[in-house]
Amino acid sequence: MSLELKNVEKKIGLDTHIYPTNLKLEKNTINILLGSTLSGKTTLMQIMAGLDKPTNGEIWFNEKNVTGMKVQKRNVSMVYQQFINYPNFTVYENIASPLKITGVSSDEVKQRVGKVAELLKLSAMLNKKPNELSGGQQQRTALARALVKDSDLILLDEPLANLDFKLREELREELPKLFEDRDCIVVYATTEPSEALLLGGNTATLLEGKVIQYGKTLNVYNKPNSLVSAQVFSDPPMNITKIKKSGERCSFLDNSVNWKTKINIKDGEYKVGIRPHNITTYKEGNNSLEIKGKVLISELSGSESLIHFTRGNLNWVSLSNGVFQKNVGDEMNLYMNADEFIYFDENERLVISG
Amino acid sequence: MNKTINQKAWFFVIPVFVLVAFNAIIPLMTVVNYAFQETFGNNVFMWEGTRWFKQIMLSERFHASLGRQFLFTFIILFIQIPLGIAIALTMPKDGIGVPICLVLMSMPLLIPWNVVGAMWNIFALPDIGFLGHSLNALGFDYNFTQQIGDAWFTTILMDVWHWTSLVVLLSYAGLQSIQPAYYQAAEIDGASRWAVFTKIELPKMKKVLTIAILLRFMDSFMIYTEPFVLTGGGPGNATAFLSIDLVKMALGQFDLGPAAAMSLIYFFIVLLVCWVFYTLMMRNEGNQ
Repeated sequence: MSLELKNVEKKIGLDTHIYPTNLKLEKNTINILLGSTLSGKTTLMQIMAGLDKPTNGEIWFNEKNVTGMKVQKRNVSMVYQQFINYPNFTVYENIASPLKITGVSSDEVKQRVGKVAELLKLSAMLNKKPNELSGGQQQRTALARALVKDSDLILLDEPLANLDFKLREELREELPKLFEDRDCIVVYATTEPSEALLLGGNTATLLEGKVIQYGKTLNVYNKPNSLVSAQVFSDPPMNITKIKKSGERCSFLDNSVNWKTKINIKDGEYKVGIRPHNITTYKEGNNSLEIKGKVLISELSGSESLIHFTRGNLNWVSLSNGVFQKNVGDEMNLYMNADEFIYFDENERLVISG
Repeated sequence: MNKTINQKAWFFVIPVFVLVAFNAIIPLMTVVNYAFQETFGNNVFMWEGTRWFKQIMLSERFHASLGRQFLFTFIILFIQIPLGIAIALTMPKDGIGVPICLVLMSMPLLIPWNVVGAMWNIFALPDIGFLGHSLNALGFDYNFTQQIGDAWFTTILMDVWHWTSLVVLLSYAGLQSIQPAYYQAAEIDGASRWAVFTKIELPKMKKVLTIAILLRFMDSFMIYTEPFVLTGGGPGNATAFLSIDLVKMALGQFDLGPAAAMSLIYFFIVLLVCWVFYTLMMRNEGNQ
């Protein structure tokens, strides 16, 4: 089983929503579409589902061309950011609704709904109507509707975005388990890099209607093929600076920070991407560079400190474990882990990572 | 917590109180005043107790006009609500058609009531009106000034023309607020158009429809100007709805006492029906 997009392109009027895209999703995989809003995630999903037709290109499912085939015939299910359930149906009826036209016997419907409801912890509220439930339970119902029929393709469009923090964490942990032994392809759209890392599987980074990179999630994260891909897959945003390499010495900020390097790349100028968590208030790794900065903003979130600072006309973001209370305008020392730098050439293509 | 006691706060309430008193309570109380007394002018009043109320409640004339009123209101609700929903469903959801449709739809609502009455009166006149003349030319014996059925037909047609737009606009607003994802979910489930209507659109429109029905009930139950200009309540008393009958009694016959009693009964009927209807709708809402 596989889903393949061949040169799929979507234009609406003069606007291109999806640039020609080739993508092959294999069976039993979770595939994450990672990108900001309007990057084309939803459009791509709707094309995959058959809810929308591509302007050009073909969609192949199981080695069969399914371009233009109606969504009812495609055995897909979809979960949306908004909690989409039939308002007048009970939770039970809602979960059973996708089975209605499949002609499954009523005994089996009962049994399957019961099973899915248990899986999603909805057993106690099968007789309630959706608007008597909390947001988390409503989204669980929508998930159950997607899981109850054995879809070949399950599409989840930012399913956790409208939930509050705690419910999101809770459901996020359960999600990978839900798809574990299912014979299907899961596509999951999100704006949050952390969600992609948590779910694992494969990730496609998207920007403005283009798939930048597709591969194993960790691979995409560790070895972004381009600066753009690295930026999409970084939250808080990645720090970018220009460095000079000559011989064994690397330097940046007009040579005010320099170090001895072992990496084997040509001499010259590079762009370096530094993830915020590789700039910390404490030394980390063997190749730690000290830089002085002036605090712009300092945010504390639980056990982490996000410190925005300026140095050499550039704004930097650092993320440290632990709580560091800093005042605006404070001068402070920060440390960069030079072993974790990601090097890009002048065309912003990856040269070497870490 | 220490609360400061300061009676000056009452001063803030006074403006509202005065306003409500002048626009609602005082006019109503004069009506109440008339309803329980008899007067022959010169500010001489005699106490009559509940006599006028009894007289109205037992009067056949009141029963007849109340019956006509309910019949009229039910007929126009029965036509306007489904028709309004149907038109709203066929309206475009985006593009240049939306503002065009909305403006066209709001046109009838912008026309003053007496103009609507006058317009339809001329429009429907059997000898010179476009509608009346055409109907007669087509072989129908149509004359709304003389035939009861024709008078009702014209009055209802006029009200449908004037007010269906309101139902359309409210339903359209309700439909537009349904997220596209609902339709997609239904498409994935393979739901029929009818199922989409009954399982998604109608439930989602319930609140605006409640408002639409309430507004149309109240307005049509208190209708005066349009039928007054169109038929003047005739032929005979055939289209003398409650308010027309009330004005005849109060200003035509100068029966101030019975007319005041009738106004109060009229008022309570409107209040009661609205309350019952609203409570029923909202009780269902709570169950969901």
